[in-house]
Amino acid sequence: MTEILESAGVIGRPLRRKEDAKLLHGRTNWTDNIQVPGALHMALVRSPMAHARIKKVDLSGALAMPGVVAAYDAASLGDLNANVLCVWPVTDDTVMPPFPALTGDKVRHVGDVVAIVLATDAKSAEDAIAAVDVDYEPLDAVVDMIDAMSPGSALVHDAAANNTCYVYNLGGGYADAAAKADVVIKRRFVNQRIVAGFMEPRAVVAAPMGMSDEMTLWSATQIPHVLRVVLSLSTGIPEQNLRIVAPDVGGGFGGKLQMYREEILALQLARHLGRPVKWNETRSEDMVASHHGRDQIQDIELAATKDGRILGMNVTLLANMGAYLQIITPGTPLLGMFMYCGIYKMDAYQFQCTGVFTNTTPTDAIRGAGRPEATFAIERMMDELAAELGMDPMELRTRNWIQHHEFPFTTAAGLTYDTGNYEAATARALELFGMDELRAEQKRRRESGDPVQLGIGISTFTEMCGLAPSRTLGALKYAAGGWEHCTIRLLPSGKVELVTGTSPHGQGHETAWSQIASDILGIPVEDIDVIHSDTGRAPYGMDTYGSRSLAVGGQAIKKAADRVIENARPIAAHQLECAAEDLDFANGAFSVKGDPEKSVTLGALAWAAFSAHNLPDGIEPMISGAATVDPEDFSYPHGTHLAAIEVDTETGKVRVRSYVAVDDVGNQINPMIVEGQVHGGVAMGIGQALYEGVEYDADGNLLTASLADYLIPSAADLPSFTTDRTVTPSTTHSLGTKGVGEAGAIASTPAIINGIVDALRPMGVTDVLMPASPQNVWRAIQAAKGAGA
Amino acid sequence: MIPAKFDYVRPSTVDEAVAALVAGGDDAKILGGGQSLMPVLRLRMGEPSVIVDTTRIDEMKGITDAGDAIVIGAGVTHDEVAKSPLVREHLALLAAATEHVADRQIRHRGTMGGAMAHADPAGDQPPVALAMGASFTIAGPGGRRTVPASEFFVDYFTTAVGPDEVLVSVSFPKHTGWSAHYEKLNRTAQAWAIVAAAATVRMDGGAIAEARIGLTNMGPGPIRATAVEQALVGASTMAAIAAAAEQAAEGTSPTEDIHADAEFRKHLARTLTKRAVAKAAGIS
Repeated sequence: MTEILESAGVIGRPLRRKEDAKLLHGRTNWTDNIQVPGALHMALVRSPMAHARIKKVDLSGALAMPGVVAAYDAASLGDLNANVLCVWPVTDDTVMPPFPALTGDKVRHVGDVVAIVLATDAKSAEDAIAAVDVDYEPLDAVVDMIDAMSPGSALVHDAAANNTCYVYNLGGGYADAAAKADVVIKRRFVNQRIVAGFMEPRAVVAAPMGMSDEMTLWSATQIPHVLRVVLSLSTGIPEQNLRIVAPDVGGGFGGKLQMYREEILALQLARHLGRPVKWNETRSEDMVASHHGRDQIQDIELAATKDGRILGMNVTLLANMGAYLQIITPGTPLLGMFMYCGIYKMDAYQFQCTGVFTNTTPTDAIRGAGRPEATFAIERMMDELAAELGMDPMELRTRNWIQHHEFPFTTAAGLTYDTGNYEAATARALELFGMDELRAEQKRRRESGDPVQLGIGISTFTEMCGLAPSRTLGALKYAAGGWEHCTIRLLPSGKVELVTGTSPHGQGHETAWSQIASDILGIPVEDIDVIHSDTGRAPYGMDTYGSRSLAVGGQAIKKAADRVIENARPIAAHQLECAAEDLDFANGAFSVKGDPEKSVTLGALAWAAFSAHNLPDGIEPMISGAATVDPEDFSYPHGTHLAAIEVDTETGKVRVRSYVAVDDVGNQINPMIVEGQVHGGVAMGIGQALYEGVEYDADGNLLTASLADYLIPSAADLPSFTTDRTVTPSTTHSLGTKGVGEAGAIASTPAIINGIVDALRPMGVTDVLMPASPQNVWRAIQAAKGAGA
Repeated sequence: MIPAKFDYVRPSTVDEAVAALVAGGDDAKILGGGQSLMPVLRLRMGEPSVIVDTTRIDEMKGITDAGDAIVIGAGVTHDEVAKSPLVREHLALLAAATEHVADRQIRHRGTMGGAMAHADPAGDQPPVALAMGASFTIAGPGGRRTVPASEFFVDYFTTAVGPDEVLVSVSFPKHTGWSAHYEKLNRTAQAWAIVAAAATVRMDGGAIAEARIGLTNMGPGPIRATAVEQALVGASTMAAIAAAAEQAAEGTSPTEDIHADAEFRKHLARTLTKRAVAKAAGIS
């Protein structure tokens, strides 16, 4: 049993982040800041059409422009063209159309890339792409998923009949459960398409390294290690000749968990031309070219008894793939398929997902990746079932959730949740929220017919973190594993290099990983340097996504640190002239049991191992420890989020008046970093609920092509969040941690929508489309009035 | 995000600016605070051949008391307008609307004259100028002319300012003692108005004696709701205000976009007008 970590050590302290001074002083190394002499600048000719045949590409105008060194279309790029790879064919018959870096036959979404120009400076490259003349023959665009699957629809790929990529089934037995039910409710939810919205746009620099065969690629990516493998597989460049560096990376949210065509093109042309190639995207390009996320139509059925016990759940999804499959496009909705049961007990669970191609930007993982969609569905359905039964929504949840003494618990979806305490998190959240007063105010506003109505939004969520046990990934047909690596080296001076395979892009790993190692080794946090995100310096790793870095990578750090101590022990025993097993290790020093005056510090041992003048026989110089950990299971953070929502029924404007988030992420390494992750996650989830949404017109033109139309909330739009944590350590993770990177974004979206519907339910409203813009809210009210009249 | 190549001139007088515009022909563009022009350049939605930077022209700066009017130089920033004691005393509605322009950073850079000349239908100050009967002084090769607000705003992003002309200043008749409120509905704090209602009223004995109402984003340019203004005279109750506001959308043909269709905009015009007037009048 994992203990609750006490805050006596360095673990659990809200230390200020090591990273921040550098960020605040602008001493950052963004990819676009990397200057390589002689670099060519790449600019891309993107399709203005969603679906068209390419009749002709004329590069001559661009090639005649000043500063232009080369220009290519698919034909002239020839063998240098390579495919973006999808590593997750989810079924044996998943349709996997090729996704070439430059498309030659057709364009399949606005932003698809037809040609590239390389010039001596960015301005000349930008000028020259306007001089590339492309002759398009427009084709019918496939935009809506339901239309896409209708007979007679145009096809995005000829190989995908009915534009269907795959059909995936899980579970069963719903019909039997429904037959026994007193109540069956059915709802259709639309979980709309969003963008990742990272602050730093993507950027790439590819450079040949002198006379060697090595190519170095700097990229604003979350996944340097995975990228090295897939770029090698795609381009044929031997893996050992590829070095991938993710320098300072300004946010990812899943949007940089990707292999992008711009990385392929920069790499191939730098190698071919023998010159560095640089590319930096604009926000306008980001909106059409970086992958989008979510975009599901969810048909959900819930069967229950009249006293509110859930008997079964049936989930039927249409998941929009977009125009091509990127790295884990087909698998992203399936990352949610185990989570539709949420925290609830039920007898039967049945799931089907159909992946659909459309002439839109490809989708893939964005913060939560499948779990936000699942959590939205079950938490919305719990409120709908409560309304149907005339029951308090929290009471309904209480009757169905797994009680704390029932763990470990295997859900109807087949996962075994190791631990949790939904009662404790909910009790704390209710205490902070002031539920009774808010319900009283809600009653007053309803009775007085106030134009501003009050709603209470509940989300008692859980999610799965710590991607992932490699065997499980294999069973799901994912190509890679889910382990993580750490090497810890003691330097002669007693300082420490901690090499991690995780790849932070704003999370604060340098601070948190130092805290873990410091706590175990007794070496000050400031003496520990965390090395990451460079396959040359940190060769092994699986990178950062899916709230895995601490849950999996943290275990590797612990194991590596423990090994450092064990590797130092024989040297200490030799110096202290005792048996190795007679030594205690605490506070960075070995001491002899029963004679604590006889001791030696790890720092002194580091020098002894470096000088190697007096090592015991058979002990090699230098002290280090390395570990590669494959997680025993997923981890299951949970929490109770409560929102008080004001809805102006005359304008449809929604205001989040207060928001309480009580999360249980297990043991916390740095509570201040946890707090930051919760705040950012909650804000992002509120963004999806109220503001964000990618919209296309019927021809596949992107209507939300800039941040003036695609709205992201700022501090001015959000309340001050009230947060707290309960601590129920994971029993399957050696540090008792669970992960927190996505929790807020998963939890908050349904809390907000539940709050809006709760405010408006007396008016007959049972759902509101996301984003719950003034117009969508007002329309929901008008539709309910119309239906009631 | 790199603008196309352009020439740049920075005149120090209005006459020099006009000369530069004449020399530049149809492709010359004026740079004021740059808050609308720079995105257009960076997105290459416009590729002017010459940029005439007016930020160093002294005559276009400053807010002055001209007796029965307040004259605001076209180069005065939104922040200066919103904080000006003269504006706050005599043009309460302009101060109220200006506080809603975009965000603090943009208000420190953007100019009121630039926003008027840009004439975005979602702009916050054009309906104020229209409702308050402002007049615009425009300099061109033939000298200066003054255009009333009712003739200044022509169409989407189009005003009476010709390609070789410069907006020099805007003169607002004093509305001393009038109270005001600007009711704006936008989706995020920094976003453009879906619709907004600008209302300023003169109260007499608890009733509205005179009212001026302007509407934002209810058509190709700002709209003055004269029928509502007339119906409000004598109103002293919420019911009377609401009844008058019912006419706010009459005769309008607002645009449709991803944020709102025409039906919703008309509904908002009525609702926001009611609220703006009630708050301006202090009636609830």
